[in-house]
Amino acid sequence: MTAAGPPPALEVDGVAYAYPDGHQALYGVSLRIGRGERVALLGPNGAGKTTLVLQCNGVLLPGAGRVTVAGLPVAAEHLREIRRRVGIVFQDPDDQLFMPTVAEDVAFGPANLGLRGADLETRVKAALAAVDMEEHADRPPHHLSFGQRRRVAVATVLAMEPEILILDEPSSNLDPASRRELAEIVLGLDITTLMVTHDLPYALQLCPRSLIMNGGTITADGPTADLLADADLLAANRLELPFGFDPAALRARS
Amino acid sequence: MVGAGHTHALYLPGTSPLHRARPQCKIAAGLLFVLAVVATPREAFWAFGLYALALVGLAMVAQVPLAFLARRLVIELPFLLFAVFLPVVGHGERVEVLGVSLAVGGLWAAWNIVVKGTLGVATSVILAATTPTPELLRGLERLRLPTVLTTIAGFMVRYGEVISDEVRRMRIARVSRGHDPRWIWQARAVAASAGTLFIRSYERGERVYLAMVSRGYAGSMPVLEDMAATRAQWLAALALPAAAALVAATAWGVRP
Repeated sequence: MTAAGPPPALEVDGVAYAYPDGHQALYGVSLRIGRGERVALLGPNGAGKTTLVLQCNGVLLPGAGRVTVAGLPVAAEHLREIRRRVGIVFQDPDDQLFMPTVAEDVAFGPANLGLRGADLETRVKAALAAVDMEEHADRPPHHLSFGQRRRVAVATVLAMEPEILILDEPSSNLDPASRRELAEIVLGLDITTLMVTHDLPYALQLCPRSLIMNGGTITADGPTADLLADADLLAANRLELPFGFDPAALRARS
Repeated sequence: MVGAGHTHALYLPGTSPLHRARPQCKIAAGLLFVLAVVATPREAFWAFGLYALALVGLAMVAQVPLAFLARRLVIELPFLLFAVFLPVVGHGERVEVLGVSLAVGGLWAAWNIVVKGTLGVATSVILAATTPTPELLRGLERLRLPTVLTTIAGFMVRYGEVISDEVRRMRIARVSRGHDPRWIWQARAVAASAGTLFIRSYERGERVYLAMVSRGYAGSMPVLEDMAATRAQWLAALALPAAAALVAATAWGVRP
């Protein structure tokens, strides 16, 4: 790390991890995400993406290497602050939304941080406004549509004012309109974002930079359009553009 | 899409004084009212008449249609079936009703169960019709029920639908592959589904916990808002059980 400037939002340095059953999921992963960047983490199923995400907020702790979030190393003694700084939106909103009403669910995170009363209310309102769900504040989450639930899941994390927002497969199971609405919301947020996905067009739309992960290591890092235009690179990493998508048009764009 | 715009089974939205009352006051008042009803001697028909009138009045104030109330009372039918047998199988003095010999003691016992059961269920139906589930849970929490219990109840409410939806999808998938269980020995696939469902729910539990931990959960649920009730709110809510207690006491007093 250079001495000048603020520390990067997320820095992963040589992280290796094996699950207790002996399955090695990460083999020395290193990456760096600067403040305000929007980066996509691309890779096929089983590449180790989700394992890497869980390293970032200390749910899993690395066997080797280290992770720092805005300069603070991920370690047992300051997990609370780490979990405030790293906001993870999980793939299934039903896993994330468990409180009786939307507003209470959004309040859960900041309340765990010790916020109460008017401060808490302001946080909740702002977070719901950011995902355009204010009018549903008092509804139970299971009465919302899937797309609405995913937006509320994003709000639950925004309410903690994280340093970095991590979205795990944000476009999965969304219909085209919900998918576009979510993209507009993500583009409107002024926050460092790491988006884990194998939806390549979505990565192209939202993230100027992409990382490709396969077999527990980072295999490529560069501008999204360049990576997606490299057919050999995609093939080597079990990634594919949707039918009818023209790589030449991508190259022209980059 | 699943879950979009469906109705509550028990709650009737409204703005009546009963809807606005604090949940903890309503729960306490309902419980005390039922206790007074149960403590009333079964011979005091007039007292039960008064209780029923009070509940009808309450339903009117809360704008709960009596037809809705009656439909919801159906839930106690299995219990009443038990009461029906008591006069038939009872011992002791017997009377002839329409040519059937019935035990007097059994008749009294059956009446006791029917009237007290019905009044009790009607009370809880009115409570549930005027209080949304999340508020009920918060009310119970205010009444010092351990948060572990209210949290578990909250999860049940939240995930009951998610899981029953999963059951429905699994059933459709089975039926779509020609499964048509008619006999007990065909239950194997259903049993296997139940096992799968258990594993899936268990895994979901782990994922929910993971998501909670990621948002700073450290073992206790944060208390979000102060729902304290004023003395006036408590007094208003407790007027009904107080009146019922008076009726019950009078019924004991005038007993021959």
